[in-house]
Amino acid sequence: MASILDRLRTLALAGAMAGMAMAAGGLQAGVDLPKLERGKGDKCVEETQFMRRNHMELLKHHRDETMHKGIRTPKHSLKGCVECHAGAKTGSVAASKEDFCSACHAYASVKLDCWDCHATKPGKRPIHSIPSTAGAAMPPMDSGMAGGHR
Amino acid sequence: MSEQMNHPQSDQDQADRRNFLKASAAAAGLTVAPGVLLYGIAHSRPEDQAVSDKVRWGMLIDTTKCAADCNACVTACNTENALEGRTGPQDSQWIRKVSIKNLQTGAEHHLPMPCQHCEHPPCVDVCPTGASFKRADGIVLVDRHICIGCRYCMMACPYKARSFVHEPLTEQNPEVPRGKGCVESCTFCVQRVDRDETPACVEACTADGHMAMLFGDLNDPESEIAKALKGQRTTEIRADLRLNTGVRYQGI
Repeated sequence: MASILDRLRTLALAGAMAGMAMAAGGLQAGVDLPKLERGKGDKCVEETQFMRRNHMELLKHHRDETMHKGIRTPKHSLKGCVECHAGAKTGSVAASKEDFCSACHAYASVKLDCWDCHATKPGKRPIHSIPSTAGAAMPPMDSGMAGGHR
Repeated sequence: MSEQMNHPQSDQDQADRRNFLKASAAAAGLTVAPGVLLYGIAHSRPEDQAVSDKVRWGMLIDTTKCAADCNACVTACNTENALEGRTGPQDSQWIRKVSIKNLQTGAEHHLPMPCQHCEHPPCVDVCPTGASFKRADGIVLVDRHICIGCRYCMMACPYKARSFVHEPLTEQNPEVPRGKGCVESCTFCVQRVDRDETPACVEACTADGHMAMLFGDLNDPESEIAKALKGQRTTEIRADLRLNTGVRYQGI
């Protein structure tokens, strides 16, 4: 009989602890964090926590390196960010409120002006259609390129 | 008095330092030389290395080969840089086809006019924020992050090479950011040059069979453009301004 009472008491204790844990979990879920799509690939170029605080510094440093020194390494480049983080629905990082950049920036209420100039979608290099001039003996493109310049 | 006493001492220091620098410079020269030689042959730069002033990019345009009815360079520029291709007074034009005629003789010439990428660019002189700058390899650019859109550079440029973006833009080329409120101009397709390619206009002109445009390193005596400039009479437009332009013309 006593053993049954002990068992019941243990169960009650376990139940109370489970209830507290749920309450704690509920509190965390109450903070309405922005829902972000995971980027392509296994992980970001740096630790996620580091990127949350410092992505703007990395981007600013890299933009000056690219602009003034012509260093176009893919790591820390805005183009690299867009290629990984473009949303599946819109194909963009800032077309809708759910897209990677705009979701967090709307949450933090920080205005973004990157996309006034930069493309929000990953893009292919432009394809140049070769204009044809009537009657011109046009060399094939490859030999023309080789002969024209370095 | 004590200062006078110190002078011989500091001169001696200076001399020592100078000798040390000379020696280290010589050593650096030796170690750098193979790298420089390799650069000269392969024409490529490691992607994490900054551009250097050992290179100066330039263009030679042969007006006798430039056809009157051809617009290939302009079209290619528009495609590469995602320009709208309109030619109104407020539209961006990075390269223009210009026709000139000698009224006395009737001789006509046609030529493309991009940014002339001056050695002493007036646009850089007048820029109040430092947004307009010349890269070490001679390419003149606008840093849109710093540009405030005052348009002094547009007034200063003798070649009318720069445009101002008046309206918000979309659908930019990821490698060519453009937007409202900034001045812009021909970049020699810097994103392509950094990949060891030639500007889009030059590629189009060559692919179209005209071969009127030649692009290369003016500082490399072995480059085609340097040989052409050495062997033939070429012209700088507004040479009187002594800007030492990177774009040279033949046949005008």
